[in-house]
Amino acid sequence: MSEFTNSNNTNMSRNYAKEEPSGFSFDHIHRNAMIQQMTKASSNGNSSSSNSSYLPQATKTGTTIVGLVYKDGVVLGADTRATGGSEVADKNCEKIHYLAPNIYCCGAGTAADTEKTTELISSQLDLLRLNSEGSQSRVVTACTMLKRMLFRYQGHISAALVLGGCDVQGPHVYQIYPHGSTGKLPYTTMGSGSLAAMSVFETGWAEDMTEEEGVELVKRAILAGIFNDLGSGSNVDVCVIRMDGTVTMNRGAVQPNNVQPLRDAIKRSDMLNMRSGVTSVLHSEFKPHMFGGVTLADVSVTEMET
Amino acid sequence: MNPFAPAQIQNPNYYSTAFQYDGKSAETRNLKPGEVSTGTTIMAIPFANGVVLGADSRVSTGTYVANRVSDKVAQLHDHIWCCRSGSAADTQALTDYVRHYLSQLAIETGRVPTVKCAAHLMRRLCYENKDNLMAGVIVGGWDPVEKGSVYNIPLGGTCLKMPFAIGGSGSTYIYGLVDAEFREGMGEEEAKSLVKKAISHAMARDGSSGGIIRTVVVKETGNEREYIPGNELPYGP
Repeated sequence: MSEFTNSNNTNMSRNYAKEEPSGFSFDHIHRNAMIQQMTKASSNGNSSSSNSSYLPQATKTGTTIVGLVYKDGVVLGADTRATGGSEVADKNCEKIHYLAPNIYCCGAGTAADTEKTTELISSQLDLLRLNSEGSQSRVVTACTMLKRMLFRYQGHISAALVLGGCDVQGPHVYQIYPHGSTGKLPYTTMGSGSLAAMSVFETGWAEDMTEEEGVELVKRAILAGIFNDLGSGSNVDVCVIRMDGTVTMNRGAVQPNNVQPLRDAIKRSDMLNMRSGVTSVLHSEFKPHMFGGVTLADVSVTEMET
Repeated sequence: MNPFAPAQIQNPNYYSTAFQYDGKSAETRNLKPGEVSTGTTIMAIPFANGVVLGADSRVSTGTYVANRVSDKVAQLHDHIWCCRSGSAADTQALTDYVRHYLSQLAIETGRVPTVKCAAHLMRRLCYENKDNLMAGVIVGGWDPVEKGSVYNIPLGGTCLKMPFAIGGSGSTYIYGLVDAEFREGMGEEEAKSLVKKAISHAMARDGSSGGIIRTVVVKETGNEREYIPGNELPYGP
């Protein structure tokens, strides 16, 4: 008997202390595929086309991201639309991620993957700086850390990145693909809108541009992506990283899709625009509370028979 | 049940290892969707006191050119270089590993590593991970033992020392040309011009090759890097 109670206790504690396996779990891939097939089969039979066959999809940043090197630094740019399937999940998401004071990274692909990958490498760079008596992080270091991690995961982490920054060796822009290959270039574009943006770059890029020219070119490239690619939209974010160490992060540098003026033009009832603390009084009535007008129900207690 | 009846294939995920007539080229067949490929033409020719290595510069994802000026000739050690073809991610990782092992070896033995050694290291990695890699590599360089030498390591991990080596998807178009023009005992200038000519011809015919031609001449005295812009190729439209 004591063995029974003992084993019960240890079972419970074993469950709570069980270690979670680390890394990706691909257990549900087969199940999800079967569910999709089942719902497709049933919707074909029923001729109903509603959400029965809809499986939530990972939020992807459809995206146009770009980076270029100009005379005294780098300019990074990105749109701000995040999609989940064909629905816009976030109209103003931030795709330019911080890696180090002098290094920023634009991310395309699955939003969670780009966000977490850049956060991970950012903290690794931080630790490296702490261990190296504060030497400024180099862009090639960030690039190598990112490519080593992405190669390890053999492309299952869907993160396509444009990495840019300035260090002692000069301004650098790298492109990093989900399978772990990298390329060092003077200008590059990634994401679904990359073709539209690259056409602008190929026409307009020149060596040793000024900052104004670089920023203008980046804005035009992202706008090309926003207007011609369905996966990109909303605003343009621009980030300038200069050789002298200053960084300018301009969220919403261009807002071609701002619908606020349209919303403001709608006429709504004045009752919706009350000062807080003021309520419009429609009707007043006073009725005194009836004390003693309530009678308690009679409850007789009968003993239970055992 | 008849034991001699052919097996029933139940699992829809069963994939056949037999040749599939799907119109895809051997170079791009095994690429995962979205993976970047160095489509490529790569080449290396040894001459009396060294080696000439050459490559085009096109890196493609499907039909889009991801990088039109990439560098496919990578340095493994002071006088040992390699040309990369196949999956860009796989070959970059391989190059990093071999570079690391070679530098360790140089420190441990106190000697300049031989090109044979570098090639065999590369071959070990390619062969033992052949299921997970798609990489065709040409290793070439100068060492005090063999002087200039070239080793070809195609898909699968064979390692062959050759009088000249060509590789990549564009190499199929220039086998005839190189066979006709190659001679044993060429000098440096002759070898260089043959490399440039052959790669130009391959770039003209292969969709996955293009851009510029990058060459490296490796000699005892040092390395000379050069590139020819796309509008100054020896042959082309």
